[in-house]
Amino acid sequence: MSEMKNLPKIPASEFAFVGDEGRLHDKKLETKPVGYFKDAMLRFSKNKSSVVAAYIILILVLYAIFVPIFCETSYSRSLTDTTYLMYTKLPPKVEGLGWLGMDGTSNVTLNVSDYNTLRAIAQETGLNPVVEIYRENYTDPTSSGKTTYYDVKVDNYYRMGMTYMTLTPAEFEAIQAWQDETGIQVIYPAITDSKQTDANIWYEANRKGVATLDSEGNFQPIYRTTTPTDTTYHSLRIAADNDPENPLSYARVTGTSAAPSYVVRVCKYNYFQYHYGFEPSFVFGTNDKGQDIFTRLAAGARFSFLLAISISFINLFIGAIYGAIEGYYGGAVDLVMERIADIVYGIPFMVVTTLFQLHLANKVGVVPALLFAFVTTGWIGMAARVRMQFYRFKGQEYILAARTLGASDWRLMFKHIFPNSLGTIITGSVLVIPGVIFSESSLTYLGIINLESSTMTSVGSMLANGKNYLSTDPYIIFFPALFIALLEVSFNLFGNGLRDAFNPSLRGVE
Amino acid sequence: MVKYILKRLLLMVMVFLIIISICFVLVKLLPNKPAEQFGKDMALIEMRREALGYNKPILEQYVIFLRKSLLGFDWGVSESLYLGQDVWTKFMEKMPATVVVNMYTMIFAVPLGLLFGIYAALKKNRWQDHFISTAVIVFVSVPSYVYAFLVQYFLCFKLKWFPFQVKAGYDFLSWDMFVSMVPAIISLGFGTVAGLTRYTRAELTEVLTSDYLLLARTKGLSRAQTTVRHALRNAMVPIFPMILGEFVGIMSGSIIIEQIFGIPGVGPLYVASITAATPDYNFFMLLSAFYTLIGLLSGIIVDISYGFIDPRIRMGSKK
Repeated sequence: MSEMKNLPKIPASEFAFVGDEGRLHDKKLETKPVGYFKDAMLRFSKNKSSVVAAYIILILVLYAIFVPIFCETSYSRSLTDTTYLMYTKLPPKVEGLGWLGMDGTSNVTLNVSDYNTLRAIAQETGLNPVVEIYRENYTDPTSSGKTTYYDVKVDNYYRMGMTYMTLTPAEFEAIQAWQDETGIQVIYPAITDSKQTDANIWYEANRKGVATLDSEGNFQPIYRTTTPTDTTYHSLRIAADNDPENPLSYARVTGTSAAPSYVVRVCKYNYFQYHYGFEPSFVFGTNDKGQDIFTRLAAGARFSFLLAISISFINLFIGAIYGAIEGYYGGAVDLVMERIADIVYGIPFMVVTTLFQLHLANKVGVVPALLFAFVTTGWIGMAARVRMQFYRFKGQEYILAARTLGASDWRLMFKHIFPNSLGTIITGSVLVIPGVIFSESSLTYLGIINLESSTMTSVGSMLANGKNYLSTDPYIIFFPALFIALLEVSFNLFGNGLRDAFNPSLRGVE
Repeated sequence: MVKYILKRLLLMVMVFLIIISICFVLVKLLPNKPAEQFGKDMALIEMRREALGYNKPILEQYVIFLRKSLLGFDWGVSESLYLGQDVWTKFMEKMPATVVVNMYTMIFAVPLGLLFGIYAALKKNRWQDHFISTAVIVFVSVPSYVYAFLVQYFLCFKLKWFPFQVKAGYDFLSWDMFVSMVPAIISLGFGTVAGLTRYTRAELTEVLTSDYLLLARTKGLSRAQTTVRHALRNAMVPIFPMILGEFVGIMSGSIIIEQIFGIPGVGPLYVASITAATPDYNFFMLLSAFYTLIGLLSGIIVDISYGFIDPRIRMGSKK
C-alpha cells in the first residue's frame, strides 16, 4: 500500500481506450478445429500396422460383397446345373501363378495301370496329364514286389479324362456344331461295351485294368465301329479314324426311335470349355462336390460378416441400454442387474448354442437360432464396458451442472454421458466381429450347428468339410483357414489401433 | 478376507444352482424318445423310460435330480452314448486324457511365455521386441484349429514325425503317448504362449519404468538383480493369477483340439452328448455342471489369489 502512495498522479485525459477504433473480435482460428473423432482418426492413421489391417479388412469385405455377385461359376448355379459335379477336387490354377504352386498339378505315386491310363489320355486327347516323371518303373520293396510304381507330377485338370454322358439329339447336334466351329474335340469314339466299362480305358486291358500292349509297346484300341452310312455323327474325328469302310462309332443310341438319346464319351476338360465357354481354371480349386472354393468362400465370408455385424449391432443396442441403466442408477439396481448378467455369463456358450439349436432351429431356422444364442450371452461384455464408463462420468461436475439445469435422467444418460463412452463402445463393437466369426467357425467345425447347404455356407463349414481331405487335397482347407487367419489378425490389429486412438490419455504419448 | 471369500463362494453356489436349473428345464423340454425303428423293442424302451422317471412332471424330475445328483452325487446312467454305463465312471475315465494333454501344454507354455515376455520387455523397442510382438499378435489372433491343421499337415503328414491322432489306450504318462500328443500340445501351446508373452511384456515394461527400479539401480544393484528381485516380483502380481486361472481352465480343455486330434477326453463326450440323435440327458447335465463350475471357479480363484499374492490389494473392500 505504501508504494501506491508514491505513484505519480496521471490525469484522466492521458488515458486512451485500447482498440477504440472498432469492436473487438476474437481472432478467427487459422487452423481447422480438431474434434474428438478427428483427433482419433489422426492418431489412428499414424499407427501403420492398424492402417494396413484396415485395408486388408476392406479388401476382404469387398471380396465377400462382390465376388458372389460377379462370379457365379459354380456357387449360385449349383442348384440348377449339375455339370459342376464332374469337376471335383481340382487344385488351384491361375495363369501366371505357377511359381506359387497354383498350376493345378500335384505329385502322386501311381501304379502301372493308372499310369497307363494317363498315357492313354495323353495319346487320345493330346492333353498330357503327366507333367514330369520323378521316378519310374520301380517296385515297392515293402509290398509283394509284383506291382511297379511311378512317382509323377500330374496335371489334375487333364487327369479328369473321360466320362459317359447321355445327351438328347439337340444337345448332340449342338456339341457337334461347336466342335466344327472351334476345332476342339469334345466327343470321342465309343468303346466296345463288352470289353470295358471305364470311360478312360479305350485300349485292350486285363481285368485289373493293366494295358495289354502290342509288340511295339503301343495301346491296342477297342473302339466300336459303325456303318459308313451312319450320319448321326458328322463332326471331328480322331486321327486313328481314317478307314472310310469301317468308321468309328461316336455314340451309342438308346431310347426309342422316336426319341433317341445318345450315350457319348466326352472329354471332361473340353466339355467344360463347351459348356461354360472358357477353359477350366479355378483360382482356389474346387471342393469334393465340385463347387468353386473361390466363390463359395466369398459367400461363406459374406454370411459370416453379416452374422457378425448384426450381432455386433444388437449387442451394442442391448448392452448400451443395460449398462447405462446399471451404471447410472447404481446401488441396488446395479447389484441385481449385475447378478443377472453373472448368471447369463456363467452358462457355457456351447450349452446356450446347443439348447437354442435344439429348441429353436426347427421353428425359426438355424441362422436365427444361432443369432439368438450369440445375443443371449454377447451383450454382457458391452454392458460391462458401458457401465464402467458411466461410473467414470456420472460423478463429474458437468453432469451435476446439467442436473441442476433440470435435465432428465434419460437426457443425462444418453446426451451427456453416453457420447463420452463412444470410443470404447466402437472399439468393443469392432472386436465383437472376429470373436463371433471365430465362435461360429468353431461351432460349425464341431458339428453343433450345420450351416452347410447348396445355397448357404460359412467359413466354419468349409473348414469342417475340408478336414477330411487334409492329407490328399490340402488346398480345400487351406484357403478358408488362410482367410480366417488373415481376418482375425487384421481385425485384432485394427481393433487395437482403434482402442489406442480413442483413448484420450494416450494423446501425445506416441 | 475370509468374509469376502465366503461371500464370493455363496454367490457362486447361487449362480451355479440357477444355471443348472435353467439347463435342466431346457434340456428336459427336448424330445429324446428314440425313433421307432425295426429291431427296437418300443415296449421295452417305454418301460425303461418309465423306470427312469422320464414320464413324471418336470418339477418332480427336477426335485429328484437335485436330491440324487447334486446331493447324492449319483449322475445316473447313459442312455444313448454308452448305453447303461454309469455316467460318472465314464466321465472320470475320460478326464485324465484332457488333463494330461493340457498339463503338458502348461508345463511347456508357461515358462516359454514368461521367458519371451521378459526378453521382449528387456529389449523394448528394439528389433527383438518388435519381432516378438508381431509374432504374438499373429499367434493370439489366429484360431488354434488353424495351427492344428498346419501342424497336422506338415509335422504329421509331410514329415511323418508324429502320428495323426493320439494313441489309443490308458497309459497316459508313457513316452509313446507323449509323442503322439505332441501335435495337440503344440497347437494348444501357441495361443497360451502368445497370450502370456503379451501380458508379461506389458506388465514388466510398466514396472521397469517405475521409480523404485531407478532407486535400486542407483544404490548399486546390477541390471539382472533389479530385474529378477524387484521388477519381476512386482510384475508377477497380476501375471500369477492369470497363470492360476489357466491351470483351472485346463480341466475344461479345448474341445476343438480334442476333436481334431482324437483325444479321448471330455470335450468330444460333451459334443457327442448333444449332437446325438437322442440327447443323452445325464451326460449333458453332468458336463454342463462341470463346465459351468470350472468357469465360475477359475474366476473366483483368480480374484482371491490377488489378495494372497499381494497383501496391498484388498479384494471387496469399499475403497
